[in-house]
This record gives sequence, structure tokens and C-alpha cells, in this order.
Amino acid sequence: MRVVLAEDLFLLRDGLVRLLEAYDFEIAAAVESGPELTRALAELRPDIAVVDVRLPPSHTDEGLQCALQARRERPGLPVLVLSQHVEQLYARELLADGTGGIGYLLKDRVFDADQFIDAVRRVAAGGTAMDPQVIQQLLTRRAADDRPLGRLTPRELEVLELMAQGRSNAAIAERLVVTERAIAKHTSNIFTKLGLEVSDDDNRRVLAVLAYLDHGR
Amino acid sequence: MDTRSKEPRNAGGRTRAVVTAGVRGLALSVVALAGSITLFVLSVVSIALVPLGVGIVTTSWVLTGVRAFANWRRLVAAQWCGVRIPPGYRSLPEGANPWARTFGMLGDPATWRDLGWLLVDMTAGFVTALLPAALLVYPVEGFALAAGLWRAFTDGSRVGWWYGFVPVSGQGSALLAGLLGAVLLAAAYALTPPLLRVHFLLTRSVLSADRGELAERVRVLTETRRDAVDTSAAELRRIERDLHDGAQARLVAMGMDLGTVEALLDKDPAKARRLLAQARRNSAEALGELRDLVRGIHPPVLAERGLGDAVRALALRLPVATEVTVELDGRADAPVESAAYFAISEVLTNAVKHSGAERIWVDLHQVAQDGGLLRITVTDNGRGGARIGAGSGLAGVERRLGTFDGVLAVSSPVGGPTMVTMEIPCA
Repeated sequence: MRVVLAEDLFLLRDGLVRLLEAYDFEIAAAVESGPELTRALAELRPDIAVVDVRLPPSHTDEGLQCALQARRERPGLPVLVLSQHVEQLYARELLADGTGGIGYLLKDRVFDADQFIDAVRRVAAGGTAMDPQVIQQLLTRRAADDRPLGRLTPRELEVLELMAQGRSNAAIAERLVVTERAIAKHTSNIFTKLGLEVSDDDNRRVLAVLAYLDHGR
Repeated sequence: MDTRSKEPRNAGGRTRAVVTAGVRGLALSVVALAGSITLFVLSVVSIALVPLGVGIVTTSWVLTGVRAFANWRRLVAAQWCGVRIPPGYRSLPEGANPWARTFGMLGDPATWRDLGWLLVDMTAGFVTALLPAALLVYPVEGFALAAGLWRAFTDGSRVGWWYGFVPVSGQGSALLAGLLGAVLLAAAYALTPPLLRVHFLLTRSVLSADRGELAERVRVLTETRRDAVDTSAAELRRIERDLHDGAQARLVAMGMDLGTVEALLDKDPAKARRLLAQARRNSAEALGELRDLVRGIHPPVLAERGLGDAVRALALRLPVATEVTVELDGRADAPVESAAYFAISEVLTNAVKHSGAERIWVDLHQVAQDGGLLRITVTDNGRGGARIGAGSGLAGVERRLGTFDGVLAVSSPVGGPTMVTMEIPCA
């Protein structure tokens, strides 16, 4: 799998390259600025872009803007955005086009290599990987004034949280140490209670849940 | 403030300077008399007509004329004699209607100062401007008398003319008049340029902003500067403590754990693995603490996106539904953005904590008034009763804004709604 990586800090770029290579990813390019990233994405057409939000030369959200622009030109291009801080505002912009292949994680998540690589693979396959902090923010905010959400059991809330992060039923089952069938049951309960249409497609389900959490039904 | 214009050294230059000052004085006295009387009469009539409505339209024109006249005088004062007279008018919004312009101008103390100055200018101003010219012209009459002009006034038997204090009654006294003329001319040679300067000093004493205003400004600046220094010192202290007790301590613990891991690697791999996991947890927590600290110093979204999006991101973090409307063109200066952000953040925290509101509205927009103003309103539908002071945190916001000459107003009747308005100059 070919990766274009954009990160301006040498130490982190180097670390990420080594980590990804250790898991048999091919680094097509490791760049350090917005314009370089745009060029690499257009010329190398990678399977996934791993991008830091803040990049030179402007040191604003240049990485995010480049990624969004690249996705407008090539819809569905898998992009995993990394940042020192996560904002619901940015998550909303990344998810706005409604197609999958989006990841938005804190840089700290790299510490858990297996989880991180899992997220990269998921995004590359057109799935979603949202940082637990983003989901936490969404849930806290919605819980305050959302009745359907209040009707979920604590276990169902837990499943909802993991689902919103982009995990598959199998992954959630493994994480909560229950059977996949139990998770499937929770999932259908959640969708009924929130009044969402049940879908077999993992990613469509995730996007529906995220949209619900962000805007309500 | 006043810088004396260079005195020419050689005699030719001096003569030219003296003559120039005389001619300028003469021109100035004519313009001062005609201009100030005309403008004063027009102003009084126009202001008197304000109740009838006509004055509302005309007053702003006439007062603009007065200002132009005063500004022209400021210009020549600086160019001719190096006397600087600061203007100090309040700026008017561009494209304001005649009503706003007229009352804006009438509310400005500088306008009344201008009108007072017109009175002084048509009297004392006229005299002081004429004096240097007169001092140059008058000796010519003395010389003419001495040269024989005395014959036109007297036949030599009686006093037919007074030149200054010299009664002219014949050739002898006419020569005396000529002598006085010479003395006066010598005096003019020395005094004409300084005399013209006296005229402008008089103008300055009437026309420049009075000291009371400046003293008040100095007081406010001293106070807000002290507040700013206090606040930033307290902030630095807090940051130091947070780093010392937080991230720094965690990194030390991590280093120790890693050292132990090294020692245990062969002896007790299971324990080493546990310690490694603990070191990783510590590093994650240190990062979390640093992130919170950074957000408190300068929120990353503010750096990346500017005030509008930073406030939107902030609103998304609140447990209360918050609507944000932003109308800003371009970005304000970084310190202003930062001050506005933290002020909004504090006001929002207050609203969430104390008001019991279900909804909050934040409105951010730029007003062209007073040379650019950032106006922020935060409204909630909570129980009201918020006051500046009373430990509400609003006093702190007011102090912080004070550093930027910003103001804060709170309208919060018991029972709600609460509306906090903040204005910060941003140009």
C-alpha cells in the first residue's frame, strides 16, 4: 500500500516513516510542506495520504486545506489527518462530503502502533477513523439536550461511541470482550432508538451515526 | 512639541525672513478676520436652526468648514513657525447620515473648542497677526515724514500730526520721527519672526486638546498598563506551575521508568513490559496536559483559522447549544484576536455556569465607527441577574479588554435574558 506522508517536524516524520515501513507500507513520498503535499498527491496518486493539519509555509491549517482540496479533485481519496489537537469543527469539514475514507486522529494515537495501523488500513479501505476525543465531545454535547440518546443503556452508549470512532462490529466485539452477535443486537437497538435506518454496510452506518451526533436527526 | 524653525544666519536671509514674516502676518490677519467672523456667524445661525430641522443638514457642512479652516491654520503654524497643534477630533463614521454627523460633531468637545477659537481669532488673533506687519510698515511713515511729508500736515507753527508719541510740528520733530522709525525698524528686524510665532502660540493655547483630557488619558493608560502587567505575570506564574507539576514531573517519571526497564529487561521481562506500558501512559498524559496548557495560552484554532472559526470551535465544545454568527473581513491583529477570544471564552463559561440557559447566541462583527471596532455580543436565555463584579469573572474580562481600550456592557435583568456587549478598537 502506497502512502504519501506530510509532516513538517523531522523527528515525527522520521518516526512515522519507520513505523509505517515496519508494517509493510510503501512510503511513496514523505514531504514537509503544503505545496509539496499537493504536488505529491497529484503526481504519485497514493492509496492513502497521512497529513499533519499544520504545515509550512503558512503554519496555519494548510495540511487540512490541501487534503480537502485533493479530495475535491479526487473524491474518496483516503486521507488520515493527524494533529496535536482535535476540533469538532475540523471533523465536520472532513466528513462534509459524506463519502468515506476519512481519518482524524490525535498524534498521540501513534503510541499504540497496532491501533494506529488498524486505523490507517481502515481509512485506506474507505472506512472512517475518528479520534475518541472528537466522539467524546460530540456525545457530551448531544447528551445535554437529546432525548433519544438518553434512552440508550450505558452498554449501548459504549457501543455507539466505538462505532462512531469507525470500528467494525468485529472490532467492537473484540474490544468489549463479547460475541459479534451481541454487538449486532446492540447496534440494531441503537439504530431503532435513534430512529436511524439500519444498514449492513459498516461505513454507511458509521457516517449515519456521526451525522446524527453532529446535527441530530 | 514645538520645534523652533531654523534661524537664517546671514543678513540677507534674515531680511528675507523678516519681510516674509511681515507679509505672512498681514495675509494671516486679513484671512483670520474675514474667515473667523464668517464661519462664526454661519455656525451660530446654523446651530440655532437645528431645532427647525434645516440646521441638521447645514451644521455638519459649516462645522466641516470650521475644521478645514482650523486645520489649515494648524498646517501653516507647523510650516511657518514649527508650532505643532494636535487636532484631536473624534472620527466620524464614513457615509453616516447628516443627523448622525451633525450630532456626532456637536457632541465632540473639539467642536466647541473650535468655535471658541474663532472668537479669539477674530480679536486677539487678528491683532497678533497684524502686529509684525505693522512693525515693518510703520517705520516707512517715519522716514517719509522726515524726508518732507511733514509739510503736508503742518506749516511749522503747530503740531499737525503724531508719529507714535512724537508730535510732528516741523523739520526738527520730523527728523525725530524718522529716528523713531529707524528704532522701530531695528526692533522689527529683531522681533517680526518671533511675533508671528506669538500668534501661533496663542492659536495653540486655544485650539489644542486641553490638559484635562490628556491627564485622564494618562490615568487610564497607567491603570490598564498595570493591569496588563499584573495579568501577564499571573499567567506566566500559572504556566510555570502547570508545567512544573504536570508535564515536567511526568517526563521525569517516564525517564525513571525507562531506566528501570533497561535494568529489568533481562531479569524480569514481565515487569519490564508493565513499566513500559506505564511510561507510555505517562507520556500520553503529559501530552494531554500540554495540550490543555497550549489551549490556555493561545488556542491552536485561533492561530490556524482566526477569531471566527476559533469561536465556532469553542462553541462546539460547550454543553449548551450555541449559535455563532461572524461577520469579519480579514483578520485583526494577533493580540486583539487573542484578547477577544479569551473575553468571549470567559463570558461563555460564565453563561454556562451561572445562567442555566438552554441557548446562547454569539455575534461577532466589525463596525467601521471610530476607525474600526470589533463588536461582540453574547446573549443567553438564562435567568439573568449577571453583574460586573460580584465575583462573576466579568470584572476580569473588563480589565483585560481595558488594555486594548475595549469596553464591556452587561444588560441582565432578573429573569433574563442576559446580553453582554464588548467593543474593542481593532484598527
